[in-house]
Amino acid sequence: MGLASATVLGRIAMAGSESEELSQFTGGAAISEGGVEIDIASFVEDGHSVPIIVRADGAEAIGLFALLNPTPELAIIRFTRLSATRAMSTKIRLAASQDVIAVARMGDGTFRRATKHVSVALGGCNV
Amino acid sequence: MATGVKTRIKLPASAARGGVVTIKTQITHIMENGHRRDGNGNLIPRAIIHRFTCDFEGENLVDLKMGPSISTNPYFKFDARLPYDSPSEGLFEFKWHDDDGSIYGDVRTILIT
Repeated sequence: MGLASATVLGRIAMAGSESEELSQFTGGAAISEGGVEIDIASFVEDGHSVPIIVRADGAEAIGLFALLNPTPELAIIRFTRLSATRAMSTKIRLAASQDVIAVARMGDGTFRRATKHVSVALGGCNV
Repeated sequence: MATGVKTRIKLPASAARGGVVTIKTQITHIMENGHRRDGNGNLIPRAIIHRFTCDFEGENLVDLKMGPSISTNPYFKFDARLPYDSPSEGLFEFKWHDDDGSIYGDVRTILIT
């Protein structure tokens, strides 16, 4: 536990600003709130496999981020004209209680976001 | 190539042109995240699936880049809309790209009415 806490604290200390983590995806563009939905439990026992659904109608791509994970970028999902919905379900690892952020690149090139806090009882140590 | 890799895909047997098809996929894979240590304190090298794609009739439907925070046995569920000019038998092609260079592939056909 001591080691895990130190790792997480180290991560917080080392973490770049949120905008840095997201800017690889956005290219530094402004991000407005709304138009993105994250369906995830607000409390989970086990951070090793947390079901999540992300949806952003009209999105070309969605980036998923968890800034306190050792690798904050969880996934970048690219949709096409064959996508009936701009939604994806998957399962993610969360190293600690934290915000999960979804950023959508919309068809008009603008960016939108949503944030959901998840409390994790058993931090997926080392995830 | 990782051993014991198995792909699972669920989708309906048939669907109408212009209709929506929900697809579920999973691949058995440890998704070793590169941050864990073995009994001797040495880092276990990262070994994950880092990309998943699904194509329909040769056209990309979804292209997903992923990091080590996707859980063991990566699972994805998403929706396709079958184009009105689809053939009577449509081919879905799935590919999972492993860090070790392997590409695991699977296909499913769907009757289109």
